Amino acid sequence: MPYPRFLKPRSLAEALGQLAMTSDCRPLAGGTDLLVTLHAGQSHPGALIDIWSLDELKGVREVDGAIEVGAAESYTHIIESPLVNRHAPALAEAARTIGAAQIQNRGTLGGNLGTASPAGDTLPVMLAADATILTSRRTIPASDFFVGYRTTALEPDELIVAIRFPRDGRRIRFRKVGTRQAQAISKVVMAVSLEPARVAIGSVAEVPLRALAAEAALADGDLERAVEAVGSDVRPIDDVRSTATYRRQVTQNVLRRLLSEGAS
Amino acid sequence: MIAFKVNGVRVSIDAPGARRLLDVLREELGMTGTKEGCGEGECGACSVLIDGEVVNSCLVAVGQVEECALETVEGLARDGELTAIQQTFIDYGAAQCGICTPGMLMAAHALLQRNPTPSETDVRMAIGGNLCRCTGYTKIIEAILACRTRAS
Repeated sequence: MPYPRFLKPRSLAEALGQLAMTSDCRPLAGGTDLLVTLHAGQSHPGALIDIWSLDELKGVREVDGAIEVGAAESYTHIIESPLVNRHAPALAEAARTIGAAQIQNRGTLGGNLGTASPAGDTLPVMLAADATILTSRRTIPASDFFVGYRTTALEPDELIVAIRFPRDGRRIRFRKVGTRQAQAISKVVMAVSLEPARVAIGSVAEVPLRALAAEAALADGDLERAVEAVGSDVRPIDDVRSTATYRRQVTQNVLRRLLSEGAS
Repeated sequence: MIAFKVNGVRVSIDAPGARRLLDVLREELGMTGTKEGCGEGECGACSVLIDGEVVNSCLVAVGQVEECALETVEGLARDGELTAIQQTFIDYGAAQCGICTPGMLMAAHALLQRNPTPSETDVRMAIGGNLCRCTGYTKIIEAILACRTRAS
């Protein structure tokens, strides 16, 4: 098997230089998705650029009215972060549902974004929080980031640096439904906020999406109409993990449940 | 050349940086204690520690561990003496076919290093990423809990 070239920059600046000068180059962070597809021969990048250890992509900090999480910070550190638990607990909750220790020690928010799987479990939380994605050259609202199946707004020579979660006190409720409670790829994964009205869902379309009709109903305070509307917001398919019919029904059930938790 | 430490010994490997750590351990270093199960991060058979954190070595490119300290199952016993967790696995019959055992030991080792007195829930969570198709887990959990008792 021909291996891709392996680049190991010592700084973000060096990484960006290498990325700009190397064609067909994939950033590698924790490797929990990329190493699988590489080994299976499903992806064939010309080069890998190892950004896992870059200091500039680590850490959780408080910055003007937001919590900023480094793109290559591990789920384990996110779960353990007092700042995340205080100001963005739904993010910690989502991170806890991703794999076990081995995956949580390597998986990252930048990786979840870059892979852009519709089933990425932290992605609905970012959408519901109106998180912004800081890249090496701009700021992208989470709602503009996913442009197609596993396709993002990123340019080939652009790196995700950090993710910002506004500290606006909104309460986000999170629920993941898989084949079993632990370590399953989601059939439906949802993050909901009442104020402002946000309904963000994964595994029900080619991208993680905001259910806009449901949000409009929610903003009107009509919870029953929101549950009705969310059924037409989603575009689920039949695949190895589930059926479209099941996913649509579960989407409505989960939304109803999350809204009733919000009322109590 | 990629240099790192395995079980306290410094090694230097001439391998493509994108090669899996699992393959370098087994095929270049001859350390076949680390097993390959699924090769996609689901089963935990290839678990090793990098700087004290348990990871699936099938999901790590060897170039990523440059200057890191690795621990594999071969490093648990010292001078022919089994470490406590290995002995309790024997005492409690926690191994059957054996292919999950090295990964289980490393996941348990990572837990006990961080938390010498884990609860049963802590133990279940810590080995949640390690599949065993023989034992039903009960004896494995008992073995890890017994190790806790000895440590305290």
